[in-house]
Amino acid sequence: MNTATGSGYLESLLREQPALPASPLAWLNRLRANAVERVGALTVPSARDEDWRFTDISPLTKMPFQPVTRAAKLEAAAIERFTLPEAGARLAFVDGVFAPELSYNRTAVTVANLATGAGRHAALLEPHLGRHAGFADNVFAALNTAFLHDGALIVVPRDVAVAGPLHLLFIATQPEAASYPRCLVAAQAGSAVTVIEDFVALQEAAYFTNAVSEIVLSDNASVSHVRVQRDSGAAFHIANCAVSLAHASRYRSVSVALGGRISRYNLNVLQAAEGAQCAIDGLALITGRQLADSHTCIDHAWPNGVSRQLHKCIVDGSAHAVFNGKILVRPGAQRTDSSQSSRNLLLTGKARVDTKPQLEIFADDVKCAHGATVGQLDAEEVFYLRSRGLSDAAARNLLTYAFGAEIIDRIPVASLKQRLESIVLAQTNH
Amino acid sequence: MIYQDSTTVLEVRGLRASVNGIEILKGIDLTVRTGEVHAIMGPNGSGKSTFAKVLAGHPAYAVTAGTVSLEGRNLLELAPEARARAGVFLGFQYPIEIPGVANSQFLRLAYNTVQAQRGSDELDPLEFDDFVREKMKLLEMNPDFLDRSVNEGFSGGEKKRNEILQMALLEPRLGILDETDSGLDIDALRVVAGGVNQLAGKDNATVLVTHYQRLLNYIVPDYVHVMDGGRIIKTGGSELALELESRGYDWVSAEYKNAARATA
Repeated sequence: MNTATGSGYLESLLREQPALPASPLAWLNRLRANAVERVGALTVPSARDEDWRFTDISPLTKMPFQPVTRAAKLEAAAIERFTLPEAGARLAFVDGVFAPELSYNRTAVTVANLATGAGRHAALLEPHLGRHAGFADNVFAALNTAFLHDGALIVVPRDVAVAGPLHLLFIATQPEAASYPRCLVAAQAGSAVTVIEDFVALQEAAYFTNAVSEIVLSDNASVSHVRVQRDSGAAFHIANCAVSLAHASRYRSVSVALGGRISRYNLNVLQAAEGAQCAIDGLALITGRQLADSHTCIDHAWPNGVSRQLHKCIVDGSAHAVFNGKILVRPGAQRTDSSQSSRNLLLTGKARVDTKPQLEIFADDVKCAHGATVGQLDAEEVFYLRSRGLSDAAARNLLTYAFGAEIIDRIPVASLKQRLESIVLAQTNH
Repeated sequence: MIYQDSTTVLEVRGLRASVNGIEILKGIDLTVRTGEVHAIMGPNGSGKSTFAKVLAGHPAYAVTAGTVSLEGRNLLELAPEARARAGVFLGFQYPIEIPGVANSQFLRLAYNTVQAQRGSDELDPLEFDDFVREKMKLLEMNPDFLDRSVNEGFSGGEKKRNEILQMALLEPRLGILDETDSGLDIDALRVVAGGVNQLAGKDNATVLVTHYQRLLNYIVPDYVHVMDGGRIIKTGGSELALELESRGYDWVSAEYKNAARATA
């Protein structure tokens, strides 16, 4: 067996797993044990797997990542620049370990560490945790579930609208650390909440983040989900997010990928009842030799569902962006209204993008629009700005910035939006 | 208006230009002096929009012969942005939408870039806000348009007002308005034309490129030029526009061909 992708490497990743403290919940321990078993049966995907055709993760397997045994103690000042003043609560995780001293909750809803909060919400958790983000065929979700311990648990009770956004801050501090962030959001009927998953680094180190999030919306619930991946440029980031939408619920997400040497985000949204709506937007802004891969799937399983998707990539240097956007309209999902657009800007001759809209439609009364563009800046747009006095470079920078800002603009948290806008501005300034 | 003490703003001599190897402009001569309003009319495909874009320095067109000077400066050797800073303004027939950039941000950037080049003071966002709101009144524009993305979701009329607003901010020596009346209802046309009339003064000049005479009911030109086949084939006063409205363009072309035959 090839040691790079075979069980030897996965075994080495699991080395510290038995040292994990057992949960008082028997079913949770069983879930972990099942996940360990699955890791043993699966292999690291290679370019031969259709889902990983463009994303070669073999560099990941050349490094011996292990969970940290001792979490670094950070001063509040060290993460000051990541503070969001609007946030009603913050949960901070340092290299995957919950940091209560950097966390707070000013809201009246449950925003807690999974490891300690699970007991109180066991009845609510059991039907959801590990049930939406399946790990039977997904080795990274299985690894994450095998290490399931610290994580974010958000429960928004019926008809409660949480005022400020809830900030989940995942801070990477150590080279060669593996962290397994976990997040479960349960938005009960008629509730509304904004959740920010924010992955940041304190140094330019090579580490491995393997995250899993499950977001469950009950009838008429509304969740706005912002995901910012601003990892170190040497890091590996693999994440799976599964969203389940009940009757007339609304899910909006904006995910931004800036960091990582190799990053992969799988977002699966299941419309599990009638009249659900989702809008999922994404931006990858990468340079150098970065690779950012985004695989999304919107599963229209019931009638009268609506989905909107705009995914953009700005690729500089010799970076490589991958987008695979699947829209599945199952038999019976009549009157589905779906639109998807993939727009890509290549700033150099060496930049590359592979984009694949993938529509699978098995109902006949549906409206599905999709389109993909790959190119350079539009010459007419550049001329328009130059005719207003802007230099060629300034015009190109502004248009590149605007291309990204269109997605950033959709983030409903002003301070985060502003900060990301300045990052985009700095990175599109040539 | 024609003034006795006017000076030459734009001087075009024997201008030829092509796109993808096809010659569109086949020798244009035009002199525009301060205070004057010129209308360039002509059928579709006559080259009038190309002429406007060539003056502004559109990179898709290659100038193959002739000279163009703005107040004595050779315009052809300047990049589009340098022409804008020197005082050329092109109002676009189809203004570009820029989602992600607030109109106020774009307007201030353009204003400050041009101001800095002219050695004048730049304005900070607050000062600029006051300044631009004053100018917007001229065009009866809702200040909400400052916060929206540049031209995104604007109606045809709103886009054209935004063009004239930019002209008001940049205070060009030469304003070239390409089909500014297209897509405007009668109310928008009145407002846009009113804005252009207020901006036209003793020290600048305006060139209107238009297919229809309609706009010229509101902005009365000093000269009307008819373009056809890449040349200016007739020049007259504002009454020529009315004649074109009632008789069409064919008779001018026929007259030009006959005259050409006679001299051949």
